[in-house]
Amino acid sequence: MIATRLRTVLAAVAVLAVLAVTGCADEPDAPPSAGDGISGELTVFAAASLRESFTRIGQDFESAHQGLKITFNFAGSSALAAQINQGAPADVFASAAPANMATVVDAGNAADEPVIFVRNQLVIAVPKGNPAGVTGLADLTKPDAKVAICAEQVPCGAAARKALDAAGVALTPVTLEQDVKGALNKVQLGEVDAALVYRTDARAAANDVDGVEFPESAGAINDYPIVVLTDAANPTAARAFVEFVRADTGRAVLTAAGFQAP
Amino acid sequence: MLGATREAPPARRISHARRIPVALLLPAAIGLLFLLLPLVGLLVRTPWATLPQRLTEPGLLTALRLSVQTATLATLLCLALGVPLAWLLARVPFPGRRLVRALVTVPLVLPPVVGGVALLLVFGRRGLVGSWLDETFGVTLPFTTTAVVLAQAFVAMPFLIIAVEGALRGADTRYEEAAATLGAGRWTTFTHVTLPLVAPGVAAGAVLGWARALGEFGATITFAGNYPGRTQTMPVAVYLALETDLEAAIVLSLILLTVSVVILASLRDRWVSAP
Repeated sequence: MIATRLRTVLAAVAVLAVLAVTGCADEPDAPPSAGDGISGELTVFAAASLRESFTRIGQDFESAHQGLKITFNFAGSSALAAQINQGAPADVFASAAPANMATVVDAGNAADEPVIFVRNQLVIAVPKGNPAGVTGLADLTKPDAKVAICAEQVPCGAAARKALDAAGVALTPVTLEQDVKGALNKVQLGEVDAALVYRTDARAAANDVDGVEFPESAGAINDYPIVVLTDAANPTAARAFVEFVRADTGRAVLTAAGFQAP
Repeated sequence: MLGATREAPPARRISHARRIPVALLLPAAIGLLFLLLPLVGLLVRTPWATLPQRLTEPGLLTALRLSVQTATLATLLCLALGVPLAWLLARVPFPGRRLVRALVTVPLVLPPVVGGVALLLVFGRRGLVGSWLDETFGVTLPFTTTAVVLAQAFVAMPFLIIAVEGALRGADTRYEEAAATLGAGRWTTFTHVTLPLVAPGVAAGAVLGWARALGEFGATITFAGNYPGRTQTMPVAVYLALETDLEAAIVLSLILLTVSVVILASLRDRWVSAP
């Protein structure tokens, strides 16, 4: 009995030893970047409108730093700010509006001063081919036109209100959507004739919608701040990621998605 | 008293049998706590000092009135369509009945936002039925109060159907058979015998449906959108308030809770005291 058990234990030790040896043997093959201390887990909370760009940038960042695993949490900026202030574990926060960043900074959860890394501008999203021939905000007030804009409580709605006021256009929308994707969906489904959305959203849905630029949107540009958080479990990787987003490779991905440089 | 109890073993046996088993009491108490503690959480964070001032905010009454009106209309719609459907499922054997019974519960499983998209695909301006409505009558449903009622009825109807069907299956069919023997047709039997028999089940189903309709959010905001006075119900107002002001959202939620509890409690008393 005892002999059998001993043999089992010995076998297990042998297996572990082999694993340990192969593990050690692997080490010299590890990429040179392992020495820069950027590895482990990195959690990034980012605004929903950054989903496509940050997923790409995240993949590039991971391949530049072997041994690093990046996890994203994409949601509305206000929901993310609330989660961070309630103690959700995150290393980096990228917000679609300075107001939501301010609540995180005010709660003492930002390790550094937030920096603006991109800007986003409103366009008029219309069905593909622009059947109604919309050229500007004034076209949206035609009697039969059905228009969706975001509710003023969310950043895209605040920007829309600013742009409409700047243009002096009295627009009565049929709905005040809870987020920019909601407004965009209504155009894609053909339920409204136009919606005010970000240029990046219109570009991401280029198969179904066209984005019509209008001059008044210049007065309602949305700044996107990014920051490393106080409770970051991996501050080294967090700082490197913020740098990566602001450097040329990150900038190129963001510009291709329709964002503007700050 | 004590001595009397000791000398009367049958009574003691009854009292022993009536003792609530811990195996039931403990989980029941935990269950009650689990349901009530989130409410306590809301009460703790309620801004009592600014409450009177927040209650007079102009949009609040509009959203509350719209919520109660649409939930009530949706319940009536559920009753008109759901009770006959429940009767069909409980009383008429037809091929595919089990499948139909399963399909009735689809809105329960479907995430409400998806339900809203599905409603748009059917009743929207380009939808299967909606495009015909638009061309023939010039009627478009999305972004109207009617759309709110439809969205609420869609998610609430399964609750009513399940409650009423359960009551029908539990009811003694000998009364219906007796009515039939005495020459009553199926319609007369339904209105004079079956309905009174399952009235408590219908009432319970209607209450469940009304409560579900009152709290409906996902399908409403997707299918009907959000516009104050027309489609902005309380849950939608709560969601938007959450974006900027947690305390306002809590106040709105508490008002919705209070109003629904008051309405349900007063209705219950009326039913219970009714002869």
